Amino acid sequence: MAWKRKDLVSMQDTEAAEITEVLDTAESMKEIATREIKKVPTLRGKTIVNLFYEASTRTRTSFEIAGKWLSADVINFSGSGSSAEKGESFLDTAKNIEAMSPDVVVVRHKAPGGPALLAKHLKCSVINAGDGAHEHPTQALLDLLTIRQKKGHLEGLNVTIVGDITHSRVARSDIHAMRKMGMTVTVAGPPTLIPPACQDMGVKVSHRLEEAIAHADVIMMLRLQHERMTGGFIPSLREYSRVWGLTLDRLTHCRPDVLIMHPGPVNRGVELSPEVADSQYSVILDQVTNGVAVRMAVLYLLAGSRAA
Amino acid sequence: MLDQAGLDRALTRIAHEIVEQAGGADLALVGIKNRGETLAERIAEKIAGIESKRPAVGALDITLYRDDLGSRAEQPRVRSTEIPFPLKGLTVVLVDDVLFTGRTIRAAMDALMDLGRPRVIRLAVLVDRGHRELPIRPDYVGKNLPTSRKESVAVMLREHDGQDRVVIQEPEEGEPEPEARRAKMKDGRVPGTPTSRNEE
Repeated sequence: MAWKRKDLVSMQDTEAAEITEVLDTAESMKEIATREIKKVPTLRGKTIVNLFYEASTRTRTSFEIAGKWLSADVINFSGSGSSAEKGESFLDTAKNIEAMSPDVVVVRHKAPGGPALLAKHLKCSVINAGDGAHEHPTQALLDLLTIRQKKGHLEGLNVTIVGDITHSRVARSDIHAMRKMGMTVTVAGPPTLIPPACQDMGVKVSHRLEEAIAHADVIMMLRLQHERMTGGFIPSLREYSRVWGLTLDRLTHCRPDVLIMHPGPVNRGVELSPEVADSQYSVILDQVTNGVAVRMAVLYLLAGSRAA
Repeated sequence: MLDQAGLDRALTRIAHEIVEQAGGADLALVGIKNRGETLAERIAEKIAGIESKRPAVGALDITLYRDDLGSRAEQPRVRSTEIPFPLKGLTVVLVDDVLFTGRTIRAAMDALMDLGRPRVIRLAVLVDRGHRELPIRPDYVGKNLPTSRKESVAVMLREHDGQDRVVIQEPEEGEPEPEARRAKMKDGRVPGTPTSRNEE
């Protein structure tokens, strides 16, 4: 299966064979991180622009490292302190950046569909690094890579995603990608944070944490996305934590080989107790490590997609 | 061009030549994926038989070092490089199945240099088919096969293809022109294809 797309905008549009292609390529890229000199000449002379209109530490840094290890030139652009504050529209900014001939634009924006809009209007490749509560495809890919490495396979695994599903682009991308790879997905959280359309995506819904995690091979804990909440979704943080927080005590009822994942940033003591975050079940830092390999794979595959 | 016995004899001779030249020096074989890796393993076995010490064997994937990335219809599959020993100070023998333009070897040398500083790099190939485009010359050759550019050399190894054999394949009627053909076939290491049409 060869990668043919110009852009990576969503997991909803990505096929299982393409996901496997990215994961296999990422697996090979991991070796570069173990080298003394972490650089290969593959994308020499290519320019990658990180266009970030929303806060990010992990994702932006991860794309920057991935690009640099492949020898591309990486330019960071953040929404604040830019011409966006002088009233320039998103598309105008992007077209101005395109006029400087980048090969790949990595974009994060609060508007769902922002990256898809750019993909349509720009000739260069566009990678969605998170668009509002819509999708975050490279996060789903690094989650799958981490699960595949730890479990040896993906098909047939039970994954439970816990927390603020409504406002989570990670959950949306994960659900699409995991369903395509033949995994069973359960979402769990207070009813106010679980969108009614969930069942249409082929997932089970649970409103009891103990029941939802009892048979899970993987538990994915999500952060409450306060920045996207417009009303009273939960009575209080303390109550949420008491009902939905994952503690070592609750883990005793889980499978002994369960993996605990979190896309970060973790709010310790809210969705995850510090003991769980640092436990042997936690693969949170493996996720971050794999993020670089996955982004190297995506950059490599996209760079070849526009050849004549 | 080479049958099973001929192929085995060629590898035995290469093993003896490597031992003779390298002596007791710290020796490592690095095979270029995929068939070079298999050949490196076989040569290492033979050296173990001669020297009672098996040299370290690594495998190198040169995809990330190719000089034609982005000019091809699709990106070639990246495989992993597995060289689990430091290269510093070693005599490294690169092993590949077919030597053609020399571009693969150029990429392989760049890749090795990024991984460490070997004392010497030498080159062993099962078949040298000529048509070099770079100033590269093998140190150990299994067989020199004069070919035309239009032909392709297929190295079959039992680990990949179920049999040991080297054949020259004529271009079929209606095949594309040599240049286009080469671009298409350079990545002859696609899994599932019955033979290695290694064009470099």
